[in-house]
Amino acid sequence: MLKIDRGISQGIIVFALLLLASGIFFACEQKPQQMEETTTQQATPAPEMQEPMAPAEEPQAQAPQDEPIKIGAIFAITGRAAWLGEPEARTAEMIIEKVNGQGGINGRVIELIVKDTQGAEDRAVNAVRDLFREDVVAIIGPSRSGTSMAVADMCEEQQMPLISCAALAQITEGRKWVFKTPQKDSDVVIRIYEYMRDHGMTRVALITGTTGFGAGGREKLKEMAPEYGLEVVADETYGPGDTDMTPHLTRIRGTNPQAIVNWSIIPGQSIVMKNMKELGMSDIQIFQSHGFGNYGYLKAAGDAAEGVLFPAGRALVVDDLPADHPQKEVLSKLKQDYETRYDEPLSTFAGHAYDALWLVLDAIENVGADRAAIRDYIENRKGFVGTGGVFNFSPEDHTGLDKDSLEMLTVRNGKFAIPGGE
Amino acid sequence: MGLKNLTGLVLLSLAVIVLPYALPDFYFKLIQIGIYALICIGLSLLLGYAGQISLGHAAFYALGAYTSAILTVRYGWSPWLAVWVGIGLTIILALAIGIPSLRLQGHYLAMATLAFGEIAFVVATAWVALTGGPSGFGHIPKWNVFGYRLVPPRADQAIFYFVWAAVILGLLVALNLINSRVGRALRAIHDGEQAADVLGIPTATYKIKIFVLSAAYASVAGSIYAHVSGYVNPGPFSVEHSILFITMVIVGGMRTVWGGVAGACLMGLLPELLADLEHWRFAIYGLILLIIMMFIPQGILLGVRDLIAWSLEKLPFRKADSPGETE
Repeated sequence: MLKIDRGISQGIIVFALLLLASGIFFACEQKPQQMEETTTQQATPAPEMQEPMAPAEEPQAQAPQDEPIKIGAIFAITGRAAWLGEPEARTAEMIIEKVNGQGGINGRVIELIVKDTQGAEDRAVNAVRDLFREDVVAIIGPSRSGTSMAVADMCEEQQMPLISCAALAQITEGRKWVFKTPQKDSDVVIRIYEYMRDHGMTRVALITGTTGFGAGGREKLKEMAPEYGLEVVADETYGPGDTDMTPHLTRIRGTNPQAIVNWSIIPGQSIVMKNMKELGMSDIQIFQSHGFGNYGYLKAAGDAAEGVLFPAGRALVVDDLPADHPQKEVLSKLKQDYETRYDEPLSTFAGHAYDALWLVLDAIENVGADRAAIRDYIENRKGFVGTGGVFNFSPEDHTGLDKDSLEMLTVRNGKFAIPGGE
Repeated sequence: MGLKNLTGLVLLSLAVIVLPYALPDFYFKLIQIGIYALICIGLSLLLGYAGQISLGHAAFYALGAYTSAILTVRYGWSPWLAVWVGIGLTIILALAIGIPSLRLQGHYLAMATLAFGEIAFVVATAWVALTGGPSGFGHIPKWNVFGYRLVPPRADQAIFYFVWAAVILGLLVALNLINSRVGRALRAIHDGEQAADVLGIPTATYKIKIFVLSAAYASVAGSIYAHVSGYVNPGPFSVEHSILFITMVIVGGMRTVWGGVAGACLMGLLPELLADLEHWRFAIYGLILLIIMMFIPQGILLGVRDLIAWSLEKLPFRKADSPGETE
């Protein structure tokens, strides 16, 4: 019996062994910096942080005062998009601990219910269903555009405020209950194209990753080029598994562009820069998208990244910001807290979660723990100083950021920096 | 179809009806698993009865989902009509792949479907004008059953019933097929292709037919998925998922179509149940797979049955352990 299946079953045994081995390896690797369990809740404020007033003990008129306010958070904490979701979850947990340590919001403790989507659509959908049952007042996340799109309609249907940490413009389009904190793709394109126009560039080559992030950028780049007098002379794409972009770049070189825009959020973007260096294409200016704003990618590109230009949020260059910059205070505080706690450099993605969570906390503080009130408050929120920029929401704009939220950055001596300085 | 299977179907139906009331905070996790179970029923027909592997079932799943999505969103069709177009397209493509590769002996179908799965994923990702590319597209109309719209999460219970009704229907069709002349012919092919040939069974034709049928199951599952979730993107249709489906069938047991359902439930729920174990999840997952494959290669369903039988009769093997008995 089972003679035909022997080959398959042996294959599965090998696969299972590999999974087991990598699983153990992964678990061991993660252990030293183990994260908080799924629910971060501090029932009582930490004694050392307790304020003399002890607001939690104050008797209040409203009835459910002692019950915690629940906020949901869904991030890709493990899986392929873990480099996005992990800093996001860490930031959110850190904020909640701090807030609860100081007596919570309006005297009520905040309970953050964190769910891991593993970056998968079906898991994100089930996580949201779980959170609906937990009766949370708002949800922050998901980390990826695909998972955000998968849950957006459900939140809309359930009238649940959702503040996504993903970039795709479609996430908020035509939706009443969905907001997002990352900068708009179109604003990033504007910053890149304005720079090109101001520096007399007319021929631009595109090379983009084939994920949602890359495709969204590619569309906007092609659509907006004519407005800035630019001609798109090449349009190449690469997949998440590609490890050598030399053929793409050789084709691009043949079209004689003045600038290359490498728009991607996958590791391949670092390979593009390395390949360009190998091919000796240093006469062509390379631009990256805000998806480059991650120290892992910077490290992967090595010295090939020197001189690259990319618009991104200011979380990467906190120390370079002038003292009177409106975001200086928020950013340097987050940077200090995050880096001392987790011993890793602050990324812009951590900032997206910071903004999302504080928008909700700020709304709760002002209008109470009511979903509709939170939504209305965020929609009309103006001048909210976050890590991504100064947010000005309106019924038409659920992103709240404009092109000024982005800073054109470069890489100098292996560090993100503002060009021209020093 | 046999008393055993009839009892099984009745018990499953009862379990489905009761579950949302018994486990109101849990049952919705079985919505997506039901969709996977439907694919696995088709796949277990192919694996267990025709002895062929398809590494491209996620592509047929995608074909159903995208056909449904495109026809309903761009052309305003009803989901009920779009499903049939999805099935039609799937049959055509499955024939195109199956006819050349199933006429040959050996695992040519696995290779052909692997390539097809990869191509389908690339098309879904790169043909932005048609499929919306990696960002996919949303606002897909929901199922409308007798004027009642199945909108998640409000109608989760109805969606759960809807999906599992499809699973039970799928089981019914598969069980009827197995216990017909076709089923007997397929079992003969599985046990010995040359012997079946000599007996006058047109083996190639049967294998092609069963492959087309199993692809159609995946297509229906895709349509159901598209109109339940309201959003499609290439993510859930990668070759990785094709392998997941095969793993589900093998873990559940490929010698009975019930195994597909059991495997989908087990493999679908494992990551959910292990979610609290954070970083040890993958290790435990691998260990469970390993144990199942090494010690109960007949799959979890028959494995449990054999275990019970063994403990009852104190006999390591039962004489009646033939496929005919299990259906």
